Amino acid sequence: MKNLSKIYVFLVFAFLYAPILLLILFSFNSATSTSVFEGFSLKWYRVLFQKEAVLTALGNTVLMAVVSSVISTVLGTAAAVGIDKYKKGIAKTSVMATTNIPMMNPEIVTGISMMLLFVFFGRMLNKGNVLGFTTILIAHVTFCLPYVILTVLPKLRQTDKNLAEAAMDLGCKPGKAFFKVVLPAITPGIITGLIMAFTLSLDDFIITYFTSGPGFQTIPIVIYSMTKKSVKPDMYALSTIIFVSILVLLILYNFAQSKSDAKDKKK
Amino acid sequence: MRRRSDLGAKLISAPYVVWDILFIVAPLIFVVYYSFTTKSGDFTFDNITQLSRFIPTFIRSIWFGIEATLICLVIAFPTAYIISQRTDRIQRTMVLLVMLPMWTSFLIRTYSWMLILDNNGIINSVLTSLNQAPVRLLGSNAVVLGMVYNFLPYMILPIYSVMAKLDYSMVEAAQDLGGNRATVIKRCIIPMSMPGVVSGITMVFVPSVSTFYISQKLGGGIDLIGDVIERQFQLTQNYNLGASISLVLMVLILVSMAVMNKFSDEGEMVL
Repeated sequence: MKNLSKIYVFLVFAFLYAPILLLILFSFNSATSTSVFEGFSLKWYRVLFQKEAVLTALGNTVLMAVVSSVISTVLGTAAAVGIDKYKKGIAKTSVMATTNIPMMNPEIVTGISMMLLFVFFGRMLNKGNVLGFTTILIAHVTFCLPYVILTVLPKLRQTDKNLAEAAMDLGCKPGKAFFKVVLPAITPGIITGLIMAFTLSLDDFIITYFTSGPGFQTIPIVIYSMTKKSVKPDMYALSTIIFVSILVLLILYNFAQSKSDAKDKKK
Repeated sequence: MRRRSDLGAKLISAPYVVWDILFIVAPLIFVVYYSFTTKSGDFTFDNITQLSRFIPTFIRSIWFGIEATLICLVIAFPTAYIISQRTDRIQRTMVLLVMLPMWTSFLIRTYSWMLILDNNGIINSVLTSLNQAPVRLLGSNAVVLGMVYNFLPYMILPIYSVMAKLDYSMVEAAQDLGGNRATVIKRCIIPMSMPGVVSGITMVFVPSVSTFYISQKLGGGIDLIGDVIERQFQLTQNYNLGASISLVLMVLILVSMAVMNKFSDEGEMVL
């Protein structure tokens, strides 16, 4: 039984990884063929780094992820603090229900609904093409917000309400009480939300696809257009770089977390 | 004092509420508005009546979504169970291994199957070198395979996270009362992991039904409802028709989610 379960899990992981590993292998192919391996070469990495569009898109993607995750974290944390104080009723129910919409809806529907909004206002303002940095930013902040709110809210609920009261009794103004007492208590939730928003923005294709214009492209959009025509192995090289970066980030994150877990246990 | 500070706290959620109305609620109103208007903005039912053309596509998408979800569930449930039985260290590594493909762009994951299944992909080039006739592998099976491959981690993780926190004293009690392995799994583990199964089903079904990239790449010409929507917005620019298809898709998904949640609540009560 034990061996059987080991074989089973091995097969599942083989299924999950074999295609990606093949893709990585073929990124080192010296030939242009995408199905016959002829020899090791770094040629496609060189080709990739000579493409200006890829490098620009890389910068765009990181810029978008940083800006949208910071905005959604600030806005989302503020929202969570407020929602936490709402009394049960229509206001709370409707805010929570609409917050869940971007998580429940198929991404393609979120994407086209925002596109319709932008295009409509673009026409009203008589601008030719409104789709670009700003519209992608709005879209990214919108789909990141629920994740930030839903990671910060539980932390707020766990925080002892009397702490802030005590700080105010001791002479703190409400704002200062928040920054001195409540904020430190919910920081782990805020950081989780920030990381989540950052990775969601980095990786998003579908919503970006419908809200972006030719002027501002992110890496997923570049990958999409690379796979639209006949694919050259430089797309595999790009995929390999992305895969390895995620692997490194995940290991680092995991390492940091196991360290902090060990610390908690010692306490 | 307390009241005033509560009011202040409520006020700082105001920017979000404005954002929420502008960019979550308003876009959905626009979907409805475009569904019932012509290009020039006149009221019409044309976009809705035209939908009958797409009924087969809708049915195909839903069917593929159900197939992919069921296959994922069958593969993921034992996987999650086995992972949850290992030591903490091994669990952590395995969860990391499940998450890694999840964070890799789904475009890359889908395309990696193109590399294998394409008409001049790896399988066919091996066949050709063995002097065999190439086979056509792209099609409906490849699309379902692509969905399973892409969304399997989204089924494993929620089921695993419920199983990892299961109260094993219940399991032990069942064993003490004479339940054999199969009974314990059927009467204890499966009912207790239902919340994870339900969120796993949602996380696989919704993106499968609405996908367009997977079918574009692996379908060999097969259209899903996502493809039809994508074309209205990126190719033919018929936003009104695209909006009405999206509206129906959204309603279909919300209804099926509601039905499933009701179903699973009742199921829990029975068990």
